[in-house]
Formats: sequence, structure tokens, C-alpha cells
Amino acid sequence: MESIGVLMTCPMSAYLEQELDKRFKLFRFWQFPQRAQFLKENCGSIRAVVGNATVGADAELIDALPKLEIVSSFSVGLDKVDLAKCKEKGVRVTNTPDVLTDDVADLAIGLCLAVLRRICECDRYVRSGKWKKGDYKLTSKFSGKTVGIIGLGRIGTAIAKRAEAFNCPVCYYSRREKPDCQYKYYPSVTELASNCNILVVACPLTEETRHIINREVIDALGPKGVLINIGRGPHVDEPQLVSALLEGRLGGAGLDVFEKEPEVPEELFGLENVVLLPHVGSGTVETRQEMADLVIGNLEAHFLSKPLLTPVV
Amino acid sequence: MASTQESPNGTVIPLPHVLLLRYPAHFSHINYPLPDHLFHLLKPWESPLPLDQFVLAHARSAQAVVTTGGISVHADLMSMMPDLRLIVTTSAGLDHIDLAECRLRGIAIACAGDVYSEVVADLAVGLLLDLWRKVSAANRYVRAGRWARDGDFPLGSKLGSKRVGIVGLGSIGTEVAKRLEAFGCIISYNSRKEKPSVSFPFYTDVLDLASNSDALVICCGLTPETHHMINKEVMTALGKDGVIVNIGRGAIVDEKEMVQLLVSGELGGAGLDVFENEPHFPQELIGLDNVVLSPHCAAFTPESFFNMCQLVVGNLEAFFSNKPLLSPVALEEV
Repeated sequence: MESIGVLMTCPMSAYLEQELDKRFKLFRFWQFPQRAQFLKENCGSIRAVVGNATVGADAELIDALPKLEIVSSFSVGLDKVDLAKCKEKGVRVTNTPDVLTDDVADLAIGLCLAVLRRICECDRYVRSGKWKKGDYKLTSKFSGKTVGIIGLGRIGTAIAKRAEAFNCPVCYYSRREKPDCQYKYYPSVTELASNCNILVVACPLTEETRHIINREVIDALGPKGVLINIGRGPHVDEPQLVSALLEGRLGGAGLDVFEKEPEVPEELFGLENVVLLPHVGSGTVETRQEMADLVIGNLEAHFLSKPLLTPVV
Repeated sequence: MASTQESPNGTVIPLPHVLLLRYPAHFSHINYPLPDHLFHLLKPWESPLPLDQFVLAHARSAQAVVTTGGISVHADLMSMMPDLRLIVTTSAGLDHIDLAECRLRGIAIACAGDVYSEVVADLAVGLLLDLWRKVSAANRYVRAGRWARDGDFPLGSKLGSKRVGIVGLGSIGTEVAKRLEAFGCIISYNSRKEKPSVSFPFYTDVLDLASNSDALVICCGLTPETHHMINKEVMTALGKDGVIVNIGRGAIVDEKEMVQLLVSGELGGAGLDVFENEPHFPQELIGLDNVVLSPHCAAFTPESFFNMCQLVVGNLEAFFSNKPLLSPVALEEV
């Protein structure tokens, strides 16, 4: 398989690069500043693209690779892959579901605790010597608070299970109500936001869910409500979120994703009720290796004409 | 302030005397009214006299004392109050009370009961999540503009299948265990005695627990037996990838040794809400990214403070109506 060209769209995992290098002819897209020229010269040998949540495979790239057979994404979200184009051209698409579910759910709860109990702020308070001058103020209890989840898929369900261990009542919004589900369903995100203390975004990013967190939802969540986003930045109308936080119309936010990563609105840096993370939802050594193994496994299966492990298209 | 009340048949009876060693912060933080209508509260902070002189002058006949964790109820203080029969503390811990003297004189103690268990457990889990997923460090990274400038943040460590050793499986330890199980952590514990109703593996020796754990969560009280129980040997057994979370008392851990091991990399990380000499803490920790520091506020939420205020008043009411205390300490067990 060493002559099969695989194009990696951006740096995502040294381990994955190393494993791809062993098996295929790996092209590191970011090392070629003249992209159009690079694609013209090498499109004859590139049969696979490995992308991630930051840089995927859009229509332009897919069109530039006539020999493309498979896009294997180092992510579970496929908002950066033009799925319609792939279907049209018969290009297979795989992602990395399940292996990262626990990590993302863990982080969602970690953000809930960090925001409500001001863990990062307290750490700053101690390090800066302020504790000598007086105790930190009271913070909000997490246990027993109502958690509203948008999207009750693998990740949403894992978040719900963890929230239950903290005696948190769980409610949710989904495109359709789930039968035999013990959690309370709300038919709109605004209603969900009105009836929970902490709203967690855990659905895929599609045209329908872009800006699913808008002004109306933020107002419904309110000055004591907290938004946790472990989905995608574009789920949230970011300027609306920023002004709500600055004006105190929203109680707090824990954000792992942003509309234009790695750019983060600097107005949020001074707020003590906000925790900002650099898209680390699946960012553990263990999980990134499992994700990489799944990418490799899918590529090998494809080129050996075996069934794909985790196909989406 | 009233010092008497009218009984149902119209006779005037004096209110019981209760000495508050300091204004209880739990009441002031949430504007919960002091029970002046129920008890004759003796308030030393309103007097220019130092505490012991105030007690001699005004509180010798007090039958009950209310204290927070910060003020010791030692034998000397207790000897000035011959009628003392009850100590009510708002602290989860009992290390500030002379327990031997209480046993000797038959003085009852009402403690915090379960009032803090959930919120303290929440913080313990929050600190552990922060350590393994580097939440505070990553938050600092973003706020310093490093994500755009320096690229992706280093990877953390998955919680699932991590072995967590709970030191002290009381009501707080039990709440910690329940939460961590939902993350796929494998729970074991060490306690003074094995608990037959609990299915988690029990280790008689905290060193054995540490040797078989990826993290230790300290949830026990501070007693002469647990002082510096988490010593160099225990922390070395935990190892360079091991982490400690302490929401008990600073002195349960040999702080000086811990700092050295953290600095040398022989201990993987620490999440600390308590220290040996609060509000001071070892300055060497400031430069470390694998440490999360908290100003002894695990119990500090409006909900738990409200419940604590109700519990203080409830215990005093029960005591003075000769009813069982709501949250008595079993002195023979501590």
C-alpha cells in the first residue's frame, strides 16, 4: 500500500502521521504553501484524505482530487466534510464515533463544575496571593441542578448518565422525542432553556443546528443559567453570547469550541464566570490513539476491499 | 435583644444562654438571621474584651457553644464553662475540638452531618477532572493567547478505567465514589474499619491503596492517627503519573514532601482545597501546571450554608427541648 497517496489536511496527531507514514505515501498538506500547484502535481496519486474538526474535505478539495476514494475523518463530527459531494462522487467517508464519547462527556461535566464552582478562578485567586486578604465568595452548587441536553445521541446520553450521578434531573431536546427515554423531552430549544439551569450542546453541526443557540435561547436560559458547548462553535451565535455574558444576561459559559478556532473572543478573557478551552473534548493520550487506530483501520479496510469499520457514507 | 420569653401559661422564663465564639460566617454570608428570639446569644465580637475574659465575665453559665472550624474549643476554654453540655460546630471536621475533654465531661457535639457532603464531593470530582483533563491549565493557555500562537494544547488523560483510591469512606467519600463510578473510574478505599455493606475493594493500609491507585482522594478527618498519613512513601507509591486530591485537612498530607515530589516530577499532580497553614500555601506550587489550588471553599455554596444554618438552629432547639440532636457526633467512634 506504500504507493497509495494519503493527504493529511493539517497537523492532528504525531502518532497518526507516524502510522500513516509506515503504510502509505503520506502528504502533509500544511507543508505545501503553493496548494494549487501541489494538488495539480500530486492529484494522480492521492486516493485518501485524512481530515479533522478543523480542516476537513470541502467540495473544492474533493473536486481537485480525481482519484479520491475515501475521506477518513479524525473526528466524530463531519461538518467539515462535504458529504453530499462525497455521495455524488462515490467517495466513502468514515469518522471516529464511540471511542471519544466518554472523553467528551467527561469534559462537559468538568466544564459544568469548573464554571459553577469557579475552579479556575479559585486557582487564580490562590496563586495571586489574594487568599491572604480574605476568603473567596460562595459559588453555585452543581449537584441537583437541572441539566438540559441538546442532542441525546451517544455523547448526550453519556453526559446524562454522569449528570445523574450528581442527582441532576436531566431533560433534553432532540429532532424527535426518543421512545422509552426516562428524561423529560422539550419540543424546542427555547423551552428546554427555560426549564434547565445548565444547557449543554451535544448535537451534530448541520444547516439546521447552526446558531441553534441564539438570542432567544440565551434570554430563556437567563442571568442564572449556564451554557456548556462541547459541540461546534457555529452552534452558538457567538457575538450574541459574548454580549449576553458581558451584560450579565447569561450567568456563565463553559466553551470548548468557537466559531473561528483558534480565535477566541478576547472580551471573554476578563470574565470570571467563563471557562475557555482549546477544543480538547477528545484530547487525551488514550483516546487520540484509539481515534488514530480507527482512521488507520478504516483506510486499511478500504484498500484491502474489506468492510469499513465506521462508515458514514 | 430579648433574654426572656413567655411560656404558654404566661410566666416569664429566661432564654437559654448560647455562646457564639465568633459571628458564624454561614449566617452572615447568606443573611440568615441569628436565632436571637429563641436563645440568649452571647456575642464576644461585640465586646472589647478578649475572648477568655468575655467568657469569664458573661458566659460562665452558657450550656451551649457554637463554633466554626477556625476557633478551637480546647480544654482551657471549656474549663471556664462548668455548665457546658453541648458544642455545635459548623465545620465538617472535628480537629478543632478537644474530643477527649468532651468524652471526659460528657459534653455532646453536634456536627455538620451530611450538609456539605454533596458540594464537597462535587469539588473533589471537579479537581480530579481538572487534573486529568488539564482544565485550569488549558483555560490559562487560551486566555494567554497561546492557542493561536503556539498551536494545540498538550493532551490530558482519560478518566475511564482509572483506579481511584478513596481515603476515608464516610458520607463525603461515598458521594465522591458514586460520582466517579459514572465516569468509569474503578473505586477502592481505605478506612479505619472495612464497611461490610460496601462492594468496593478495601485496603487496610493506605500504602497498599496508593500502590494500586492512579489517584488518591483524601476524604477523611484529621486525627492524631491521620496526621501526615499521606507521607513520602505513600506518594512515591502513587508515582509519577499519580495524582492526589485533598478536600480533608492539609495536615493529613506531609505538605513539604508533597511539594518536593511534585517539583521533582515523582508525583504526577495535586488538587488541593486545604493546606497545613492556611491561608498560606507552598510558593513552589505557583510555577506548576499540574497543580490546582483552591482556597478551602469546598463547602462554600449558598445551598449548603442555608442547610447549615437550619441545622445549627435545629440542633440547639432539639437540645434545649431535651430531644435528640439532629446531627450528633458518636464520640466513641471518632
